[in-house]
Amino acid sequence: MPWLTLLVFLPLLGIPPLLLWRGATDGRAKALTLGVMLADLAVALGVLIVFDEGRAGYQLVERVPWVPQIGLSYLVGVDGFSIWLVVLTAFMFPIALLAEWDLRHRVRMFMALSLLLETVVLGSFVALDLLLFFLFFEALLAPMFLLIGVWGSGRRVYASVKFTLYTMLGSAFILVAILYLWFQTSRQFGEGSFDLRQMEQLSLGLAEQRWLFIAFFVGLAVKVPIFPLHTWLPDAHTEAPTKGSVVLAALLLKAGPYGMLRFNLDLFPEAARVFAEEIGVLAVVGIVYGAVVAMMQTDVKRLVAYSSVSHMGFVVLGIFTLTPEGMSGAVMQMLNHGLSTGLLFLAIGMVYARTHTRDMGELGGVAQVTPLLAGTFLVATLSSIGLPGLNNFVGEFLVILGAFRAHPWLAAAAVSGIVLGAIYMLWAYQRTFHGPVAERFRGLGDLLPRELAVALPVVAAMLAIGVYPRPVLDRINPTTEGVVRWVRSVEVGQAGLPGGVRGSVQPEYRPPAGIRPSPAGEGP
Amino acid sequence: MIPTPAVDLRPVAPELALAGTGIVVLLAGAFVPRIRPAALLGVSLAGLAVAALASLSLWRWEGPLTVLNGSVAADRFGVVVRLTLVATGAVGLLLGHHYMQRSGEGRFEFYALLSFATFGMTLIAVAADLIVVFLALEVLSLSLYVLTGFSRRVGSAEAAVKYFLLGAFSSAFFLFGVAMAYGATGSTKLGTIARALAGRTEGTELAVVALGLLAVGFAFKVSAAPFHTWTPDVYQGAPTAVTAFMSAATKVAAFAALMRVLNVALQPLAWDWRPVIWALAAISVVVGSVLAIAQSDVKRLLAYSSVAHAGFVLTGLVAAGQDGIAAGLFYLVAYAAMVLGAFGAVMLVSSRGERHTDLASYAGLSRRSPLLAGLLAVFLFSLAGIPPAAGFVAKVGVFRAAVDAGAWPLALIGVLASVVAAFYYLRVIVLMFMEEAPGEGRVPVEPDPTAMPRVVVAALAAVTLVLGIFPGLLIGLLQGAGVLRW
Repeated sequence: MPWLTLLVFLPLLGIPPLLLWRGATDGRAKALTLGVMLADLAVALGVLIVFDEGRAGYQLVERVPWVPQIGLSYLVGVDGFSIWLVVLTAFMFPIALLAEWDLRHRVRMFMALSLLLETVVLGSFVALDLLLFFLFFEALLAPMFLLIGVWGSGRRVYASVKFTLYTMLGSAFILVAILYLWFQTSRQFGEGSFDLRQMEQLSLGLAEQRWLFIAFFVGLAVKVPIFPLHTWLPDAHTEAPTKGSVVLAALLLKAGPYGMLRFNLDLFPEAARVFAEEIGVLAVVGIVYGAVVAMMQTDVKRLVAYSSVSHMGFVVLGIFTLTPEGMSGAVMQMLNHGLSTGLLFLAIGMVYARTHTRDMGELGGVAQVTPLLAGTFLVATLSSIGLPGLNNFVGEFLVILGAFRAHPWLAAAAVSGIVLGAIYMLWAYQRTFHGPVAERFRGLGDLLPRELAVALPVVAAMLAIGVYPRPVLDRINPTTEGVVRWVRSVEVGQAGLPGGVRGSVQPEYRPPAGIRPSPAGEGP
Repeated sequence: MIPTPAVDLRPVAPELALAGTGIVVLLAGAFVPRIRPAALLGVSLAGLAVAALASLSLWRWEGPLTVLNGSVAADRFGVVVRLTLVATGAVGLLLGHHYMQRSGEGRFEFYALLSFATFGMTLIAVAADLIVVFLALEVLSLSLYVLTGFSRRVGSAEAAVKYFLLGAFSSAFFLFGVAMAYGATGSTKLGTIARALAGRTEGTELAVVALGLLAVGFAFKVSAAPFHTWTPDVYQGAPTAVTAFMSAATKVAAFAALMRVLNVALQPLAWDWRPVIWALAAISVVVGSVLAIAQSDVKRLLAYSSVAHAGFVLTGLVAAGQDGIAAGLFYLVAYAAMVLGAFGAVMLVSSRGERHTDLASYAGLSRRSPLLAGLLAVFLFSLAGIPPAAGFVAKVGVFRAAVDAGAWPLALIGVLASVVAAFYYLRVIVLMFMEEAPGEGRVPVEPDPTAMPRVVVAALAAVTLVLGIFPGLLIGLLQGAGVLRW
C-alpha cells in the first residue's frame, strides 16, 4: 500500500470541493477540512504502526520516475529522523485548525491553503530525492506567504514578505548545491540523478564538501533559524494568525534541522566533522541570545517566538555533537518543541481572543477568571522550561549529555540557556495570568469545550512523552546510530587526496542503507 | 524554355500559410465593405491552424537538411518553435480582438499585421542564412512597430517611434555583423560559416567582431541588458494585448535565431561567445531584477522582469549544444505561457483605455474579482519561480544546464537575483490579497467581465501549472528538438 503517497496527497483531495462546491458555507468548509485532516492523521498513525522500529534505513520507500530526462523521481520514504515529524505534522494540523474555528474572514480560501500547506509540509519531510525535497520546500512559500499576509495581525504584510524573502535567499544556495551534486552524479555515474541514496555514493574532495556543506547549512540555518539569520522569525511568528504561528513553530522550523540531519551529515560527513565545533558555538550563541532577548519582550507572543530561537539552538547543538545521545536528543527536541511551543501559541491565541491584547503590561490576573486557560498555559510553560516528567526534559537532557561528551565547555554555556528559559517563561506566565485582575477582564469566560479539545490532546502527548519516552526513542535511535557511525567512520586527516576519503570507507559502514545497530552500540 | 530546379516548398509551408493569411486579410479588409472583425479573426485563426498543421507534418521530415538553396533549415527545433509561436499568435489574436473591440480602435490591419509578425517570427526560427535572418527580423520588427502604435493614445505613438528608432539602430548593428561574417568566411550561410571557421586558430578577428555585432542585434531584440532600455517604454505604451503578444513571441523567435546562430555558425567560436553570453546573462538578471523594484506601473514592472527572464534564458545558453538548447526552449515555452497570461490579466484589470495599469489599481483586487486575482497570482508565483508552477522547473532547467557547463557562479547570481525578483512579484500579490481597495475619492476599478479573454487567460494558467507539475511531457519532446540540423 502506498502509505506515504496517501499521507502526502490526501489533503489535496479536500481542495476542489472547497473551491468549486457552491453550497460550501463557512461551517461546512471548516467541517470538511477538519474531516480531511483527521483522516490524514489516521493515515499517519497507520504509517507509525507499519514503521519497523528496529531498522535504520529508509522504510516504506516508493519510487516513480517523474521527469526521467533529468533524473528527477518521485522518491519518498521515512526513517527515524522523519517518522515523528510526519506524525507531529498530521497531529498539529487539525488541532491548529480547531483553534481557528471562529474564523470569519475568507474562510474557504484559508481552508484550501491550510490543506495545501499540510501536503507540502508532509512532502518535504518524506522526500528522498533532493530536487523533490527542494520543490516541496519552496512550495511552502506561497501558502505560508498568503496565510501570514492575509490573516495575520499588525505588520502582517511586512512579516510575510520578510519571511518569504529570507527563506528564498537561503534556499537559493541549496539549489545551486543540489545542482552541483547532480552534476557530480552525472560525471561519476554516467547518469544525472537527484536520488539521495545515489548522491551518498559520490566521492567528493574535502574542499568541494566544505563549500557544499556551507551552501546547505546556510540555506537550512535560515529556516532553523540560527543566530544571526533569525530576524525573520519574531516578525513572522508574532504577526501570523494562531494557525500560522503553530504551523511555523511546530513544523516549519523543523525543516531546517531535519535537512541538516538528512543532507549535511549524510552527504558531507567529513565537512560535518570539520565544522561541528564552530556550529556548536553558533548554536550556543543562539541559545543564550534568544533567551536574553526573550526576557526583554513585552508582547507575550514575541517572547515565545524568541524562546524558539533559544530552543532551536539546542536542537542544532545536539545534532553537531555528532554523538548518538546528542543527535537522538535533537530529534526528540524537535518533536517536543513542536508540542510545547505549539501549545504556547495556541494558549496565547485563546488569551488574545478574549482580551484582544498580547501586551503583558496590560494583561495580568487573568488566571482568576480563566483558571483552565491559565492551567494550559502553565503546563506548556513548564514543559518549555524542561520540567522532568514533561516532554522537553528528555530531549534537553540528552542534548546536554551529548554536548558534555563532545565539547564540555559548550554544554556548560548551553545550560545557562535552560536557567534563563526558566526565568523568562515563568515571568511571562506570572505577568500574563497573575497579579491584580483588570476591571475589563472580569467578565472573561474560561475555556470552551472546543478549546479544551484543542489543548487536551497536546497536553496528553506531552505527558506521555515525558513519562515514557521509550517508544519515541526506540524509533529514533537506530537511525541516529547509523548516521553517527557513518559520520565518524571517515578520517578528516586523509581528506584532500584524489578521489576523496569516501573511497576508503568499507561498504558495510554505509548508512542509511541499513546496518542494524549492534547490541553493544553506543546508544543511550 | 529554361529548366527550373525542383523546389520542395513543404519545409516553408507554415510560413507561406502565415504570409498568405496576412495578404488575404489585408485584401479582404480593403475590398470587402463593412467586413465584420469577427470574420477577420476567424480567417486569421484558420491561417494559424493551417500553419500549425503544416509544421506538425514536418516533425517526421526525411528530406534534405536545408531547403531553398540552404537558406531554411528543416529540423524539429524549428517545428517546436513554430508551434510555440503559432500558439502565441493565436492567444495574441484572441486577446487583441477583444482589446480592439473594447477600445473601439479595431481596424482590419491589426489582424494582417499580427499574421505578418508571426510569419517573420517563424521564419527567423528556421532561417539558416544570415540574410534570411535579417529579412525575417525586419518583417517581424516592422509589423511590431506598427502594432505598438496602434492605439490613439499619446503613449502608444511615442512608444512606437522609440521602438522604431532604436530598433532600426540595432538592425544596422546586425547587418554590419552579417557583413563582417561574410568578410571573414565568404558566406552568409550558417553551415558554410561554421565549416569555414572550424579548426581555424588564427585570423578569426573579423569573425569575433561579427559575433559581437550580431550579439548586439539579438540582445536588443530579446531585451537583454544593457540593450534593454526601450523595453519598459514600449511595453507600457503599446496596447496591452500587443504587449502580451510581443513580449512572449519576440523573445521566443529572437532566442530561437540566436540559438541557431551561436550553435551552428559560431559553434567553432564557442570559447569566444560563451563569455559574452555569460556576461549578458549576468547583467540582465541583475539589472532586470533590481530595476523592477522601483516600478509603480505593472506593465513597466513586467517589462523589467522580461529583461531578467532574458537573462535566465541566456544562462541556459551558456551551456552550448543540445542541453542548453533544450533548457532554453523549455524556459521560452514556459515564459510565453506565463507572460501572455500575466499581460492578459493586466489587460482585463486595466479595463478600457489603459487607465488602470498603476500598481495602486490592484489594491484589493481579490475582493472585486477573485478569479482574476487568483489567475494573476498563479502567473506571478510562476514568474518568481515558486513551485509547482512552470517557472520553477524552467529555472531549475537553465541553472542545471549552466552548472553542467561549469558556470555555477552564473547559476548562483541567477538564483540570488530571483530572490530579489520575488520581492516585486510578491508586492503585487500583497496588493491584490492583503490590502483593501482605495477609499473615497477614487472609484475602484471594475475589471472587464467578458468571458472569452478570461477563458484564454485561465487556459494559460492551466498550461503554466501542467508544465510545472508534468514537465516530462514537454522535456522529452524538446530533447528531440535540441539538435540543430545544417
